[in-house]
Amino acid sequence: MKALSQKRRHPLAAIALLLMGLLLTGGLYAVATTVNEAKASTAEFTASDTQEGEKLFEANCATCHGMGASGTQDGPSLVGVGAAAVDFQVGTGRMPMQMNGPQAYKKPAQFNDTQTHQLAAYVASLGAGPAIPAEELLDEKGNAAEGGELFRVNCAMCHNAAAAGGALTRGKFAPALADVTGKHIYEAMATGPQNMPVFNDSNISPEGKRDIITFLKQIEANGSPGGADLGALGPVSEGLFVWIAGLGVIIAFTIWLTSRTS
Amino acid sequence: MSAASTAEAPAYVANTKVGRFTDFVDERVGGSGILREFGRKVFPDHWSFMFGEVALYSFVILLLSGTFLTFFFDPSMAETHYAGSYTPLKNVEMSVAYSSSLDISFDVRGGLFMRQVHHWAALLFVASVAVHMLRVFFTGAFRKPREMNWVVGGVLLILAMAAGFTGYSLPDDLLSGNGLRIIDGVIKSIPVIGTYISFFLFGGEFPGTVIISRLFTLHILLVPALILLMIVVHLFMVVVHKHTQYPGPGRNDRNVVGYPLGPVYAAKAGGFFFIVFGVIALMAGFFTINPIWNYGPYDPSPVSAGTQPDWYIGFVDGALRLMPGVVSDFHFEYIIFGHVLTLNVLLPALVPAGIIFTVLFTYPWIERWITKDNREHHVLDRPRNAPTRTAIGVAGFTWYSVMWAAAGSDLIATHFHVALNDVTYWLRALFFIGPVIAFVVTKRVALALQRKDREIALHGRETGRIVRLRHGEFIEVHAPLDEYKRYRLVGFESPAPLPAQPNEHGVVTRKENRRAKLSRWFFEDRVAPATPAELEAGHGHHEAVEAGEGQRTLSH
Repeated sequence: MKALSQKRRHPLAAIALLLMGLLLTGGLYAVATTVNEAKASTAEFTASDTQEGEKLFEANCATCHGMGASGTQDGPSLVGVGAAAVDFQVGTGRMPMQMNGPQAYKKPAQFNDTQTHQLAAYVASLGAGPAIPAEELLDEKGNAAEGGELFRVNCAMCHNAAAAGGALTRGKFAPALADVTGKHIYEAMATGPQNMPVFNDSNISPEGKRDIITFLKQIEANGSPGGADLGALGPVSEGLFVWIAGLGVIIAFTIWLTSRTS
Repeated sequence: MSAASTAEAPAYVANTKVGRFTDFVDERVGGSGILREFGRKVFPDHWSFMFGEVALYSFVILLLSGTFLTFFFDPSMAETHYAGSYTPLKNVEMSVAYSSSLDISFDVRGGLFMRQVHHWAALLFVASVAVHMLRVFFTGAFRKPREMNWVVGGVLLILAMAAGFTGYSLPDDLLSGNGLRIIDGVIKSIPVIGTYISFFLFGGEFPGTVIISRLFTLHILLVPALILLMIVVHLFMVVVHKHTQYPGPGRNDRNVVGYPLGPVYAAKAGGFFFIVFGVIALMAGFFTINPIWNYGPYDPSPVSAGTQPDWYIGFVDGALRLMPGVVSDFHFEYIIFGHVLTLNVLLPALVPAGIIFTVLFTYPWIERWITKDNREHHVLDRPRNAPTRTAIGVAGFTWYSVMWAAAGSDLIATHFHVALNDVTYWLRALFFIGPVIAFVVTKRVALALQRKDREIALHGRETGRIVRLRHGEFIEVHAPLDEYKRYRLVGFESPAPLPAQPNEHGVVTRKENRRAKLSRWFFEDRVAPATPAELEAGHGHHEAVEAGEGQRTLSH
């Protein structure tokens, strides 16, 4: 202790202190970010996947995302977005983007599964990020009721309680979730595509995500117990239906009932 | 055959068993007298006269299906864990009210169907009341002597909305709870007393544990009883006033041309009940309404996207959505003596609805004051023949519809791929200019239709037959109308503006001057019906014939 206190006025003391501080915050940050990484099992990527992926990337993505995925004015850097982000964006056809706008639209995927896998391998090789989820998280055998509660608290304000989608500001929107694969739902939660926030593993645990997927798939499979669901959009479609179809049919009947006399 | 006359006459003995039985009843309650009186009541026939009936039948269906639902619904807010058969909610903590609503939907035989019958019937009930009122307004059926019945109808509309809203809240699902939260916010925005009312209504801080059972009492007891009472008053007045009729040959303000109630009309009306029932049952059987299982139990923290009230409360929700929080630097929230005055909730929630209902209730008197028309009217106006009234109605309806559309602004944005903000900006603009445009356009369309009628009355119908005359001229042959068709086109009143009248002291008051100005605004643009002289002169001629003298009169 004495030696330390004697050297506290040493010319290099300040630099040493700074170094210690930086190391500490850097180390803590590294630990914190790994905790927060929505990490599931990593798919196996071979070196050839990465190489093929790089070629595909340079041919199709680098125009906006830059060489080495370091980002340009037209597209963000992809270092550290992880394989899950690539698998979601490319797998659902959102990337390559059709046009600039408030939000990328889902469209038929431009790359096949192998190419998507290679692109994911390349981007994953650039920096650690959320990985493609393991099969056991996508088995749709979680607790649907708990998934429902998580969904209502975390997702329903944008995606609607029945996952029918909803509007956001300035042309952005939360899409309907029917026909979205469990894998893509998981990846969307883990990576926060477009305007969606990231739900990392400390927000919603992998088991929670599995429950949500179970819930979504179960309500999708259940269909609508009460008959045609009118888009599951709530009172607006019900109101439109009663005014147009309900009253329309009744007006037709009133005309029929009074047609013979006057 | 009244009871009194049979008592004096030699005892009449019917020949058959049924005859003796009916005679027994008739001697005691005088059924045949009532039947004779009502059976002979004449009702004119027109499809637009049947919306009141639709409302009545929907209400009967509501009573029947609602009674079924009360057998199984438990309005308690006590906590429970769902143990029914819908697995996505298994073991979820919820209120007994929501749990019993789910049981009705999934575990009571026919329960889901009855819930859907009840809800579709409720939407149809309010919709048919609204359409009925529009019909009454646009045909001028609210005029003397029916002003009070118009007011009763307005009260019925409000009661129907109240019944709907209290029912909407009962299942205690997320959607209805979100709706209640908005109501709570609106109540709390009322200066000074708002928080007290809210705490009184909810028995403490929102949501509390009593609101569902309180709304239940209102929904199944007070509101339907009031509706029933008002329906009785409404129908009684219809009998007293007799039904209105559209203009036509032989129809005037002293008669009613139509069919007697019995037997044809009664049979038609009875059959129509089952038609309405059938339409509602088909909707309930094939189309989901209010899928409460999707929304989950109410919990004050989550709010689902696409949270809207049922259609009849939509315009209030829309007004709330349209109201800006701040306009550049102008805020709508003030703190006065420690009380928060939140105008950006208070204004949109109460002012548009207040204006709509005030105008709705007072309109018969407003129009009567402007026109000084104190006569009884039993013959209706065709909407085009009262251009200014029709324009006022369409302007009001447009205003309502802008707010109504705003309640679905998010769905307009997602389904038409436009930005939510732009939808809101457009609707804000339309909120102010929409009614003006609607007024001008409607009035011009009405006048144009009148001119077309006049043209047809004077020159007959265009046959589409082009004839070349011997000297080379081409003319289109016009076929003269038969008298019945022509009557419809010329048999209406076209009042001229009424200038300011001096009162009994010979003074023209300032109020009277204002009235005269309004009268001019109301009747200034007019197309007078073709007079017999004009009809006489008009045959075979093509020149314009001016109607009326001294007034600014439009003609083709």
